[in-house]
Amino acid sequence: MSAPETPSDVLREMTKALATQRLRIVDLTQTLSPRFPQIVLPPEFDQCAPFRMEEISHYDDRGPGWYWNNISFGEHTGTHFDAPIHWITGRDLPNNALDSLSAQTFVAPACVVDCSAEAKQDADFLLTADRLKLWEKEHGRIPAGSWLLMRTDWSKRTDPVAYQNFDATGQHSPGPDITAVEFLVHERQVIGFGSETIGTDAGQAANFRPPYPCHSIMHGNGRLGLQCLCNLDLLPPTGAIIVAAPLKILNGSGSPVRALAIVSS
Amino acid sequence: MTDTLKRPQKRNPVLPLRLPTLPPGARSRAAIQMSAAVAEGRFELQKCHDCGQLQYPPRDACTTCLSIKLEWTPVDGRGELISDTLLHHSNELYYRQRVPLRLGLVRLQENITVLAHLHGDCPQATAPVRVRAHLDKSGQAVLIALPATDTPNMADDRILREMTSDPKFRKVLVTDAKSATGQALCKALSDAGADMIWAGIAEPWKQTPGFDAITKLPNVTVVPLELTDNRSVQDLAASIGAKVDILINNAEFHRNTGIADRPGTETARAEMEINYLGLMRLAQSFGPAMRARAADGSVPSTAWVNILSIYALSSLPSQGTFAASKAAALSLSQTLRAEMRQAGIRVVNVFPGPIDDEWTQLVPPPKLAPAALAKAVVKALQDGVEDIYPGDIAQDLFNKWRQNAKALEREMWDQ
Repeated sequence: MSAPETPSDVLREMTKALATQRLRIVDLTQTLSPRFPQIVLPPEFDQCAPFRMEEISHYDDRGPGWYWNNISFGEHTGTHFDAPIHWITGRDLPNNALDSLSAQTFVAPACVVDCSAEAKQDADFLLTADRLKLWEKEHGRIPAGSWLLMRTDWSKRTDPVAYQNFDATGQHSPGPDITAVEFLVHERQVIGFGSETIGTDAGQAANFRPPYPCHSIMHGNGRLGLQCLCNLDLLPPTGAIIVAAPLKILNGSGSPVRALAIVSS
Repeated sequence: MTDTLKRPQKRNPVLPLRLPTLPPGARSRAAIQMSAAVAEGRFELQKCHDCGQLQYPPRDACTTCLSIKLEWTPVDGRGELISDTLLHHSNELYYRQRVPLRLGLVRLQENITVLAHLHGDCPQATAPVRVRAHLDKSGQAVLIALPATDTPNMADDRILREMTSDPKFRKVLVTDAKSATGQALCKALSDAGADMIWAGIAEPWKQTPGFDAITKLPNVTVVPLELTDNRSVQDLAASIGAKVDILINNAEFHRNTGIADRPGTETARAEMEINYLGLMRLAQSFGPAMRARAADGSVPSTAWVNILSIYALSSLPSQGTFAASKAAALSLSQTLRAEMRQAGIRVVNVFPGPIDDEWTQLVPPPKLAPAALAKAVVKALQDGVEDIYPGDIAQDLFNKWRQNAKALEREMWDQ
């Protein structure tokens, strides 16, 4: 097959590939439900509202022919997208909010690093720059402009208590350490970091120096976040394209997304 | 001697449900005032300001001198049963379901004769008795004569149990069992002989010290309940709604802010979501089944308790948004009471002052211990009252509010 010569040829090829399922769509999104846990901050801070749904009518006297709901949630609920403005380090960057981010950023390739074995052993497992370099030896250099998705199989913890995994010292869930974040931001120019856990940072990241390195350094450099992803085990280490378009909220800091991956069969 | 109440048998599911009926509930404006006093736990009759004659039943003018200056005055209740009878027939549906009923005339020591239900342990006339005022299923004051001294198992009397909501052998839902008050309530209800305590928990990933011990009580079952989530409330009602005899709504969100000291409305919204809308969701999901079961066999559904706050009556500006949410809940609970009354279910409102928990760390004592609150709730159910003000602060503020609500508003400014 000759290489496509014009953009329309590319799209025609893509259409055909989707129709024949040479390209498949993998849904990376958790169902937005009142049962899905939301991030917990210490109680003296104001909290992110969980997803809630109130029925407007259900083919009844409140609306005889139609069923619909009013929904409410915080910007950082369910499978969601973080914009640079979310963190104080990213507050002065240009085009840092959901309405001003370029739509081009919502479609990007992904590198998937499988840390599921380590996370199974250690809920506080930290992904390091050295671990990323080992991954590169096997799969090649992480391309600039790609997502780095950390697969931990954390999304398979369907019990919210196990998913949150709190004890008296706080939350225990895997994430990147500062070396990994610095490496990805400054040496690989990734577009952002994605995780299966409730945040892009590890559960204990409040105690890191600096605290919350993934939020602080990623957003401070205009990079993005995706969290509460699932089905990362269905993605190849390289070659998937992520489509993750947040709601276009004026000055929005984040939004639930329907995150999709396009993968070749 | 009253027979000890035995653990009731399960309802025979093929027999029709006994539907709730009410004793006659119409009262004069004067008689409603007697009911209002009873609702707050006081037995009062009118006394003539001019001639001193006690009045019964309540009326607009003195039976002796026609003066209209009648003042409500506490009555001790001691007297002599001068005649008694057994009622075998009534055209009132409520009494038809409950005859035979013992009734009697009691001469109170204040020199007035009253008509009263007779406790099963009352001897035949003539005999010394103690008359108490209780709310009946209609929510109106009626009198019941008890034997002069306590007898074993007195509280298990059939008629007395119609007028009260003793947790003994009853199934109770506590809507937030993880909090300090919730843990204390579970413990107190267990001690009071509740048959089953459903311990509602929200956000199960947050662990609370002490809660493990509560879950190990033999009659406690943990159930998920998010009052902010309509679906969660409906799911629990679908599972246990047809079995709850007493619902105790102690769930609350409590922060210490006024208007000016915290920007935005998110804290206030969170308080309203649980303290006000949470009550609304519970009422819509659990109310109908409880109303339907209000005359169900030997253990009908009987009471609904709201833990409000004394600051529902008059705002504490330093906790202004919390007080506002509790005021909203108070208003809604009055609607709930009017609706539940149609089936004879008692709505009990509890108005504590500051409770000794993590959200009142900087409030100086006296603060109400969670165990004291729980004890007061159980006692309110056993006594069959509607409104209680447990603790010194609540009593003090309630009295000031009754005397001069406007002056109290000003007193609260700097507290």
